[in-house]
Amino acid sequence: MATAINAELGPGWWRIAYRRTMNLKLPWIPVFIMLILLVCAGFSPLVAPHDPTEINILNGKLAPGENLSYPLGTDILGRDMLSRLIYGARTTVFISLVALGTGAVVGTAVGLVAGFREGWFDAITMRTADAALGFPTILVAMVIVVIMGAGIESIILAVVLTVWARFARMIRGDVLSIKDMDFVVAAKIAGVSMPIIIWRHIFPNTVNTLMIITSLQVGQVVLLEASLSFLGLGLPVGDPAWGIMVSEGKAVILEVWWLSLFPGIAITVVVLAFNYFGDWMRDALDPKLRRL
Amino acid sequence: MQRYILVRLLQGVVTLLVLSMAVFISSHLTGDPALFLLGAEGTQEDYEQLKKNIGLDKPIPVQYLVFLGNVVQGDFGTSPITGQSARDTLMERLPATLELAGVAFLLTLIVGIPLGVLSAVKRDTIFDHIGKFFAVLGIAAPSFWVAIMLILLFGAILGWLPTFGRGGISHYILPAFVLSWGGMAGIVRLVRSSMLDVLDTEYVKFARVKGLPERMVVYKHALKNAVIPALTFSGLTLAGLLNGSVAIEVVFAWPGIGRLLLQGITQRDFPIIQATVLAAGLFYVVVSLLVDILYAYVNPRIRYE
Repeated sequence: MATAINAELGPGWWRIAYRRTMNLKLPWIPVFIMLILLVCAGFSPLVAPHDPTEINILNGKLAPGENLSYPLGTDILGRDMLSRLIYGARTTVFISLVALGTGAVVGTAVGLVAGFREGWFDAITMRTADAALGFPTILVAMVIVVIMGAGIESIILAVVLTVWARFARMIRGDVLSIKDMDFVVAAKIAGVSMPIIIWRHIFPNTVNTLMIITSLQVGQVVLLEASLSFLGLGLPVGDPAWGIMVSEGKAVILEVWWLSLFPGIAITVVVLAFNYFGDWMRDALDPKLRRL
Repeated sequence: MQRYILVRLLQGVVTLLVLSMAVFISSHLTGDPALFLLGAEGTQEDYEQLKKNIGLDKPIPVQYLVFLGNVVQGDFGTSPITGQSARDTLMERLPATLELAGVAFLLTLIVGIPLGVLSAVKRDTIFDHIGKFFAVLGIAAPSFWVAIMLILLFGAILGWLPTFGRGGISHYILPAFVLSWGGMAGIVRLVRSSMLDVLDTEYVKFARVKGLPERMVVYKHALKNAVIPALTFSGLTLAGLLNGSVAIEVVFAWPGIGRLLLQGITQRDFPIIQATVLAAGLFYVVVSLLVDILYAYVNPRIRYE
């Protein structure tokens, strides 16, 4: 089977695929960083050299490079920094994925219906979205934590409550310009029902916008998750999350500087990578949105 | 214009009402306040009496209205932890936060605008690259981490600046810089791009052809028009300032309301939580309303929408 496909595709196919990929002018460094992040998140137990929560006081406060078994050193309790960073990637990716995914689905659904129906639903949801767009996220998150208690669900809910609005606003704008086009009018005349028109005829035309906003929002979401973890509003202390790790290093920064340094660099580099990638995607798919 | 402001005003009031409901619900979801106030030695009779005294025997909507009435009059109740009125504690802490936010906001404009102009005028030179790098990093680096690293560098290693608490001017430098960096980054990018647009217009070209010195062209003719979007954007950096100030106040041990709120949450001190959340919400709503009015004033097209 495999040989048959290879024979059919031949070396020419690979060359074309290679050239096409190169023509995309992908931002290679950000893509490479994102791949590392995803591998670390997906296969943390395989990639990490040690157990991230394994306490070994005798190995405590090893500086980076002091012992090659712990390349980035250990924390006060002797936990391996590199392994904690790798498991932290998993936390970051999981929370961002769930929160951003939920926000995108909710926001897109609201935006599609609001743009298509207009009227009171549009007015109410868009005014709410305006209010949610600018409102200080940390404040929202803190109120949620007071109601629901600290935890991963609170962080996710706080992120969803802030990101849905951007999706709703942009998708609605798209729908307004699409819904008077001939193919939508034709579908209406043919008697197609509203949900089907939205799903089959309008939604596919908003996918570009959806991808652009998602990629531009990832960095913000990662930062938000990190700040909430740092403030102790998210996962329990001791769990491997980058924000918590920075916070753990804060008190002992003079003595064990690497505790805060590395997770902070990890956050910055990941956010930078996603921001560059988002910019690239926006320019590639829709140069009109440059000012976003 | 009036309709526009009215809609914005209504939106602000609704935002505050939702916020007040959220904090009201939060205090009711987490146990019986009467039981909490009574302590371990109270009898059933004391309990009923106390419930009546603080109005807990009434239906929930009535309780909410009573709560709202008190809040509007500035009465948030007494903190069970410190025994002080929550309003007094709030008033004690508020100036520190406002001062820090004010300094950070000024810094955003004073540093951000010239840096953006420099980036645009010296396009594709080392200045431009440094400006871009500064902006990109300001958006990506988490402020709480930058704060810790600056404390390590300027406080511990170099010993140049104080790293905690409120005091003389030197106490403001580190926290205000960290707090403003994110917004500054946005301003730099915005001023740079609108400056590039303006430098390309006919009237700037004419000013150059006329033989005006370059400095005159940039500062007298181009900057005025390039800076309008930045001024309106600066209102948006406000939410960022409020967001950032919680973590910054924690890291620099700044005695403001951000730290008060976090402390209130960890101690489950509801009067304090209610007072700080609503004060922050009010501050945000009022300032964004002012920004919207300013925006409509500067940009007449928006008034008639």
